[in-house]
Amino acid sequence: MAKLRQCAIYGKGGIGKSTTTQNLVAGLAELGKKVMIVGCDPKADSTRLILHAKAQNSIMQMAADAGSVEDLELEDVLKVGYRDIKCVESGGPEPGVGCAGRGVITAINFLEEEGAYDENLDFVFYDVLGDVVCGGFAMPIRENKAQEIYIVCSGEMMAMYAANNIAKGIVKYANSGGVRLAGLICNSRQTAREDELIMELAAKLGTHMIHFVPRDNVVQRAEIRRMTVIEYEPGAKQAQEYRDLASKILNNTQLVIPTPITMDELEDMLMEFGVMEEVDESAVGVTAAAEATA
Amino acid sequence: MAAMTREETEALIQEVLEVYPEKAKKDREKHLAINDQSLEKANKCITSNRKSLPGVMTIRGCAYAGSKGVVWGPIKDMIHISHGPVGCGQYSRAGRRNYYVGTTGINTFGTMNFTSDFTEKDIVFGGDKKLAKLIDEIEVLFPMNKGISIQSECPIGLIGDDIEAVAKVKNKEHGKTIVPVRCEGFRGVSQSLGHHIANDAIRDWVLEKRDGDDSFPTTPYDVAVIGDYNIGGDAWASRTLLEEMGLRVVAQWSGDGTIAEIEKTPKVKLNLIHCYRSMNYIARHMEEKYSIPWIEYNFFGPTKIAESLRRIAEHFDDTIKEGAERVIARYKADYDAVIAKYKPRLEGKRVMLYIGGLRPRHVIGAYEDLGMEVVGTGYEFGHNDDYDRTIKEMGNATLLYDDVTGYEFEEFVKKVQPDLVGSGVKEKYIFQKMGVPFRQMHSWDYSGPYHGYDGFAIFARDMDMTINNPCWKSFKAPWKTEAASEPVKAVA
Repeated sequence: MAKLRQCAIYGKGGIGKSTTTQNLVAGLAELGKKVMIVGCDPKADSTRLILHAKAQNSIMQMAADAGSVEDLELEDVLKVGYRDIKCVESGGPEPGVGCAGRGVITAINFLEEEGAYDENLDFVFYDVLGDVVCGGFAMPIRENKAQEIYIVCSGEMMAMYAANNIAKGIVKYANSGGVRLAGLICNSRQTAREDELIMELAAKLGTHMIHFVPRDNVVQRAEIRRMTVIEYEPGAKQAQEYRDLASKILNNTQLVIPTPITMDELEDMLMEFGVMEEVDESAVGVTAAAEATA
Repeated sequence: MAAMTREETEALIQEVLEVYPEKAKKDREKHLAINDQSLEKANKCITSNRKSLPGVMTIRGCAYAGSKGVVWGPIKDMIHISHGPVGCGQYSRAGRRNYYVGTTGINTFGTMNFTSDFTEKDIVFGGDKKLAKLIDEIEVLFPMNKGISIQSECPIGLIGDDIEAVAKVKNKEHGKTIVPVRCEGFRGVSQSLGHHIANDAIRDWVLEKRDGDDSFPTTPYDVAVIGDYNIGGDAWASRTLLEEMGLRVVAQWSGDGTIAEIEKTPKVKLNLIHCYRSMNYIARHMEEKYSIPWIEYNFFGPTKIAESLRRIAEHFDDTIKEGAERVIARYKADYDAVIAKYKPRLEGKRVMLYIGGLRPRHVIGAYEDLGMEVVGTGYEFGHNDDYDRTIKEMGNATLLYDDVTGYEFEEFVKKVQPDLVGSGVKEKYIFQKMGVPFRQMHSWDYSGPYHGYDGFAIFARDMDMTINNPCWKSFKAPWKTEAASEPVKAVA
């Protein structure tokens, strides 16, 4: 049996991490791979398309109900969905209270101690909340966890800022552990020259754009039915895109320590592609009212 | 060993610093000084209240220790919740020997541990609901409590729990004072910031409760004792003297104290500060807001007691001035007898101290009354104003060491060879094993009180029985005696 590959999916909030993860995991499952998804987001919506559920009971919520995490069994939290894909959600507090980061740490420690990472698994995918705001959300990329990081991005400015910041986070842990950047997944927002732009960014970061996922309404139609495209409409063109992404990940050997770029370099690149306009320094800090009178 | 010269002390400091890496050496040398009585300001010779270096075995505590352990903990009719995981409260429980009168668990709670006992789920989901429930349970189980303080442990600040909101809601529901204290242990460089935070919490949540309420009948002789934690009964031994001279002690902060006393303090005529370090903040606040003057006093040893009683009396009329003289005269025979008994046994003995709060300077006079000399002293968490007050108390060319490291303290003692070391429990066994007589000067080694004339008699007895204990003569290991060191003949 091949070695278990642990992958984490990062990217700006709302970019489509959870949708992309579940669809590509469905693609891997079609190829006969045994996969587990670990949702690392207090919203706990990383597994709904696989389980056809609203939101899975999360480890932290069940631990709170039971008293402590020691009172839980793996069967309580591990659900099996489409094509035997295993699903868990770390869960966490409602916005504004407690410590969601600690929830991720506790949940992943629990999974390790309970033997969730069994030898029959080929892949684990961590679907992580938008920004690596604290140590807890870096848990999946720390030593002996995910070795491959995929960043979901698009041709929008903020998505690329986020991608570059995540790359910085990877560098920090790459030096102490084995984590590597494995590629950018472009989840298209149909901006101008989007594929070229992401390829350019990937080159600058020392990686590659592993796949360009075009925009397609079938994704939303499948989501409404809480299904992946691959399950909902296997013959759809978009299903094939996700299958392609899955097989590219399966065969991906390009794992690098990224070379994040400076803010100035990033902005230069965005200006070159017309995503951002040249900043007129004389206009910085001038209010609309002041402009009108000038 | 004769007193060290300035040059010898300087050489000793340099020798001790020698082992440090360059950066640590540069930092530590600012905290080690040779006393010079001619200096007006301590910042000319010593740096204090700075972050400790990692790895040096500092003796300092944390902000929680300063607030819960020192300032709030002794207020006996309140319940002090150690909010967070169980250890901070449980392992400091009843450790400071703040004596009090009352029925523990009924109307007083000093030696009990109340904690929210945080577990993973409280960290992840927040602990505000648990805190609210805990307060409700306290009201049911201990209805005679007069208020609650919430002493924050580290995680409270990390996860951003809103303890102020819980305090306000529960205050409305139960009608009792509930004080949130943001004394998370990671704040500041030592317990000192915890004292300050605790003082500020008293200022913001307690002190103004009786503003505009004149129902409490006052007298011209009302005073508050501030910064006496009644360790081993210290505050009681102090209070009697003040009352005998004609003053009325309205409040004790905070040893054997109550929340009612604290609320009444803004009505007094003079605040008497014993531990300046931990309570100067609130004294200054009352001076600004209520125009109550404050003075520092020192009730260790007859010389300082007499000085202090006279200085306190100066703030009042002749009745009190006469009262002070009467008290000093009344106890004269007692303390003269103590000195007559112990001074011959202790004369010329040299002492090194390393303590917190006020004691590194305040106890010097008591030792001097017994003919002893303090040749080195230092503060765990003092500030420059503490060292300002120390320079004049210590002899020239004596050692001052701030936030002393385990290594420095041991080396200083080895070289200076004092007859007695006074510090805390962590230092006690190290020095005793080195053959040096030792007294714990935080807890009075489970003895006390040491304040006041009564305390002086106990202090003198304790120092004598420690220094002149025959055990020190038997200290040499049998195999190190001359007889044993003779080569053993081989058995044929």
